[in-house]
Amino acid sequence: MSYPDTYRYTREHEWIHVENGVGTVGITDHAQSTLGDIVFVEAPKVGASVEKSKVFGSVESVKAVSDLYAPASGEVTSVNDELATAPESLNTDPHGAWIMRIQLSSPAEIDGLLSAADYEKFVSEETGH
Amino acid sequence: MPATETALRKTALNALHRSLKAKMVDFGGWDMPVEYAGVSAEHMAVRTGVGLFDVSHMGDIQLRGPQSLDAVQKFSMNDASKLQIGQAQYSAMLYPQGTFVDDIIVHKLSDNDYLIVINAGTREKDHQWIRQQAQPFKCHVSDYSDHYTQLAIQGPRAAEVLQKLTDLPLSEIKNYWFRWGKVCGLYNVMVARTGYTGEDGFEIYIPSDEATSVRVWNEIMEAGREFGIQPCGLGARNTLRLESAMALYGHEISDTINVYEANLGRYAKLDKGVDFTGAEALRKVQEGGGPDRRLVGLEMIDRGIARDGYPLFDADGKQIGEVVSGSPAPFLKKNIALAYLPTAFADVSTPREVYVGIRGTMVKALTTPTPFYKRAKAATTAPTATPSLS
Repeated sequence: MSYPDTYRYTREHEWIHVENGVGTVGITDHAQSTLGDIVFVEAPKVGASVEKSKVFGSVESVKAVSDLYAPASGEVTSVNDELATAPESLNTDPHGAWIMRIQLSSPAEIDGLLSAADYEKFVSEETGH
Repeated sequence: MPATETALRKTALNALHRSLKAKMVDFGGWDMPVEYAGVSAEHMAVRTGVGLFDVSHMGDIQLRGPQSLDAVQKFSMNDASKLQIGQAQYSAMLYPQGTFVDDIIVHKLSDNDYLIVINAGTREKDHQWIRQQAQPFKCHVSDYSDHYTQLAIQGPRAAEVLQKLTDLPLSEIKNYWFRWGKVCGLYNVMVARTGYTGEDGFEIYIPSDEATSVRVWNEIMEAGREFGIQPCGLGARNTLRLESAMALYGHEISDTINVYEANLGRYAKLDKGVDFTGAEALRKVQEGGGPDRRLVGLEMIDRGIARDGYPLFDADGKQIGEVVSGSPAPFLKKNIALAYLPTAFADVSTPREVYVGIRGTMVKALTTPTPFYKRAKAATTAPTATPSLS
C-alpha cells in the first residue's frame, strides 16, 4: 500500500492530513500491519487538548496494545465514532479510517514531520526490508 | 538487529513460513511465525475447521532403561505407572518447593521407554533437570528435540484431513493416546491425539530435514484445502489456549507459582507411592489449608482489555492481584483474562467484581468459571479439557 503524498507522518507511525488548519489523524498501513487484527480504539474526547509527541489514545489488537502519539498540538474537534463498532477499518483502510480531527494550535509543527517518501524510507530501514 | 537475528534458532520450516509472509517473532530464542492471515482468522479456522501449526520448537526427551519409569515417577508429579503403551499424560516437573520447572506431556512408548515433550522456552533447563533427576536410576536420557519436526493439526476437521494422508485408523486413537503409522509415505510416524487449542486434533512427529518437513506441511495443506485449512502462528496458539484456560509457562505457571495456586492439583498424585520431587512441599500446602492465592478466570464487563501484568483491585481500590494472561477471545467475542487473586475469589459459584488497572483507569471485570471455552464432546471419543503444552 502506498503512502499518500498529501499526508505527513510520524516516526511513531501516525499520519496527519491538514486542510484549512484542521488535521485529520490516523495510523499508517505499516502500523496496522504490525499490530494485526485491531479490536479496540481509545480516542480522546471532543474538546480535549492534545500535545505534539504526547500520547492521545491507544489502539489494541488481539496481540497487543499500542500508544497513539499526536503528530501535532491542538484541540480535538471530532472523533471517528465508527471505530467504536468497526475498529477493524483501521486494518482494511488505514489511510482512510481516521481517528480524530484537531484544530492545529501551532501549524508550523507540521513542517517537522516526515514526507511520504521519507516515511517509506524510515519504515524500510526500521524493518530491514 | 542482524546480530541477534542470526543467533535465533530456526525450525526446518523457517524458510517456508517466510515464503508464506508470516510475521516472525523471537519466542524463547526461536524465530517463529506469530501470524499468517491474522490471529482472529487463524483462531476461527481452528474452532470451526482446521489449522496447521509448526511446533518443532518443542523439546523431546527420551528415557530408556530398566528404571526409566522410576526416573519419570521421580520428576513427574502425575502417576506414570498408570500409563499403558501408546498413552500420554499431562503432568509437570516441580522444584522441591512445589513450584514449576515446567509442564510436560509424558508418553509411554513401550515398557522402559518414555518420551517427555517439554516447552521450547525452557528446553535446556528442562533437559538438565531431567538428566539430574534421572541420575540415580538405571536409564539413559537422550535429547531428540532436533530430530523431529512437530506439526499440530487442530480443529473439528483435523481427523478428516489427516486421515487422507495415513493408513492409521484415526477414529480408534482416543484423546491423549498415540500410535505409529505411515503418514505421507513416511514409516513409523508418531501420531498423537494431543494439542494445545482446546479442540480435537493431532500432533505428528516427522524427520526434521527441510525437504521432508516442507513436503509433509504442503501435503497437509493440500489435504485440508477443502476445509479451508489455515497455517496458524503463535498468536492464535496463545488465544486458543487462553480460551481453553490452559497453562503457559511464564504466565499461569512458573518457578514462583505452586501447583495448587495454578489449579493443577488434580494432576499431582501425592499417593502414587513414589515421593516425587516437590511432593513434600505440596503436602505442606495442603496441611496448611491450601494456597492463599489462586488462578481465576475473568471476563471484562466494561470496555477494555486486560493484558499480562496489569494489576487487579477490589472495590475499595486495594490491589489484590495481577493478570497473568489477557486477550480478546476471538471465538467467544469477549475480553478474557487469567489472574492470580486471593483464594476467596476462586469460588466462581458467586461471580465477583474486580477492577483491572488499565493504564491508570479502573475497568470492571467479573470472575468466571474456566475454561472459558469448552468444545462439544464428539460422538466417537470422550475428550476432556486436559491442559497441554505451549
